[in-house]
Amino acid sequence: MKLTLRVWRQQNPETPGAMATYEVDNISADMSFLEMLDTLNEELTLAGDEPVAFDHDCREGICGACSLVINGDAHGPERTTTCQLHMRSFADGDTIDIEPWRASAFPVIKDLVVDRSSFDRIIQSGGYISAPTGTAPDAHATPVPKPDADFAFEHAECIGCGACVAACPNGSAMLFTSAKVNHLNVLPQGAPERETRSWTWWPRWTRRALAAAP
Amino acid sequence: MTRTLWDSTVGKKTIMAVTGLVMLGYLVAHMVGNLKIFFGPGEFDGYAHWLRTMGEPVLHYEWALWLVRVGLVAAVVLHGVSAYQLSRRDIKARPAKYVHKKPRASYATRTMRWGGIILALFIVWHILDLTTGTVHTSFEAGHPYQNVIDTFSTWYGNVIYIVAVLAMGLHVQHGFWSAAQTLGVGNATRDRILKTLANLLAAVLTVGFISVPVAVMTGVVS
Ligand code: HEM
Ligand code: FES
Repeated sequence: MKLTLRVWRQQNPETPGAMATYEVDNISADMSFLEMLDTLNEELTLAGDEPVAFDHDCREGICGACSLVINGDAHGPERTTTCQLHMRSFADGDTIDIEPWRASAFPVIKDLVVDRSSFDRIIQSGGYISAPTGTAPDAHATPVPKPDADFAFEHAECIGCGACVAACPNGSAMLFTSAKVNHLNVLPQGAPERETRSWTWWPRWTRRALAAAP
Repeated sequence: MTRTLWDSTVGKKTIMAVTGLVMLGYLVAHMVGNLKIFFGPGEFDGYAHWLRTMGEPVLHYEWALWLVRVGLVAAVVLHGVSAYQLSRRDIKARPAKYVHKKPRASYATRTMRWGGIILALFIVWHILDLTTGTVHTSFEAGHPYQNVIDTFSTWYGNVIYIVAVLAMGLHVQHGFWSAAQTLGVGNATRDRILKTLANLLAAVLTVGFISVPVAVMTGVVS
């Protein structure tokens, strides 16, 4: 496949960025989207240009590190993460626009890499307490009732990639935050400081009742 | 608690949802009340009179009506101010726009802001037209049947009301579902029911309200 890529390039948070156009050739339909970008970066490096900076880690859809808005869609046209997106979802000759998550909560660090530490701070405010409690206890040292563990696990399926913020017309983190509130509020670890950090004007039982209703 | 409710984005959205539902309740009652026009001037004017005497003898003349008015003004103001402030936050939350633009949501969703502004302007016009009579050509207090017929005997009266009612329908169609979502009632399985309910409410309100000017234009009500 031969493709035209329009990629957001931005030196650093202070410098304004712009879309730059690149041509890539010999792209296999079996490549992942990130492998396609690796190919572009090898070519850029060989030509003495600066490679495109983008985030990635596990490349198997579990860590939430990859983060690209592809043709206006967070993580691109398939319902999966960017690292699990394959080039067979595109056609020979396509022009593909690649942009970073755009939100003031996620300032661009460089090119397609954004600072998502705002998410870490949300997790910190619910998952931990401020008192030092020594080294990490064994995972089974704190008993959690099975229904609570299941409820928490269901909401822990959010891998915190930030696509919800990138896709929301209002740049809101409601989906991530509510997943974390549901996930962390049923667990005992953050309980001692729960009431001072998050609160609700709905009685707590209503959430369970709503979840249980058909 | 009030501070947090008003300061937080979810709090403002909750206020928007609740005040929106209050106004929606009013619209349903208003639309049904308007249909009394099909039963003639006696019934319609009598109903308007009852709106002023309802609650008696516990309350005095027009007290209940004024309570409703105060509640509605509070709802409109809270709804509008929250909408304005949330919009400002939305715009601030994405200072750099996406280069690749995608038409995302439905027409109803995209017109919430303009629709809301049109409705606010309409409500002012509508009160000056059919409650105070300030902009009405031949207003007579206590004779709403004749006042309504006079309003819909002018081309601009018909245009203003029909445009406003269509804007109201779109606003309700998206707003009802949005409110359910904000209040945490929505989920994947309930989504279809909520959307159907929103469409139904919007359709019933639109048809019900528009039937009055159409009836006057076609001479069914005269
Ligand atoms: C064809 C459509 C409509 C007709 C024929 C109509 C008719 C009327 C009439 C006759 C009154 C005066 C009632 C009285 O003084 O006894 C009135 C009041 C009112 N209407 Fe409508 N209306 C229509 C649509 C709407 C819509 C779409 C809204 C809201 C968006 C609305 C909101 C109000 C309000 C707030 C009042 C003032 C109540 C008061 O302060 O006494 N109306 N309407
Ligand atoms: S790189 Fe880990 S989810 Fe995509």
